[in-house]
Amino acid sequence: MQKRVSVYRKEHFNAAHRLHNPAWSAEKNKAVFGLCNHENFHGHNYELIVKVTGAIDPDTGYVIDLKVLSDLVKELVIDRFDHKNLNLDTAEFKNLNPSAENIAVVIYELLKPRLGEQYDLQIRLYETERNFVEYPVQ
Amino acid sequence: MVYLTRQEHFNAAHKLYNPNWSREQNEEVFGACANENWHGHNYNLYVTVKGEPHPETGFVFDVKKLSVIINEHVIKHLDHRNLNLDVPFLAGKLCSTENLAIAIWNQLLPHIPSGVQLHSIKLYETPRIYVEYFGKQA
Repeated sequence: MQKRVSVYRKEHFNAAHRLHNPAWSAEKNKAVFGLCNHENFHGHNYELIVKVTGAIDPDTGYVIDLKVLSDLVKELVIDRFDHKNLNLDTAEFKNLNPSAENIAVVIYELLKPRLGEQYDLQIRLYETERNFVEYPVQ
Repeated sequence: MVYLTRQEHFNAAHKLYNPNWSREQNEEVFGACANENWHGHNYNLYVTVKGEPHPETGFVFDVKKLSVIINEHVIKHLDHRNLNLDVPFLAGKLCSTENLAIAIWNQLLPHIPSGVQLHSIKLYETPRIYVEYFGKQA
């Protein structure tokens, strides 16, 4: 049986966002989301860790070529979100609250179809040094 | 003389944009940072004061009081805000990290008590980009 190994690629993007539920009143949004609801947006340096798990290819010694993975993350995630306003500038969050949880799920769904079926994918996203999320749960 | 540093952080949106220039010139000079709908950062702020340790406390300055001063005069005005739109002490200024560090110095200086001197502002915009300001040099 081939040995399965996880490999990781770390990337980052800087973006503005706000947390807001348009179905709620201004008061309720403020009560639930606090400062994060501020109408003129705020922002973060997001740190993204993409974890790919698979078998080592005996010909290359690689699970996946990390340069290929890096190019894929750049094309599908970084070019889309870096120096953008997640609420205003991206199709993915037109109708979805850009919480760290939702951003991680969106990143997973952007990347998964472009990776081979043989790979498992997990996303870890840091919104701040102290707040981070993972998807999918293992 | 001992140097004492307090670290604080704030998350904010901004853009780099000179209103006297055309959009094309802004994009040429500031690139992605000129995105009209903002982007954002997790800023890390280091405020350093200097002085002699007090013989009765051993403190250069009570660092809890320093934290309260920084929060009252800087963090509360910047955290979860849009630096271009929401901050009176940045009105009319270009929101570069350089100018932000100078503005933070100017906000703090009147509130640093006698017996201790403000030495420097070190401000990280990202983990890889920071500026330092030591006040007007004689």
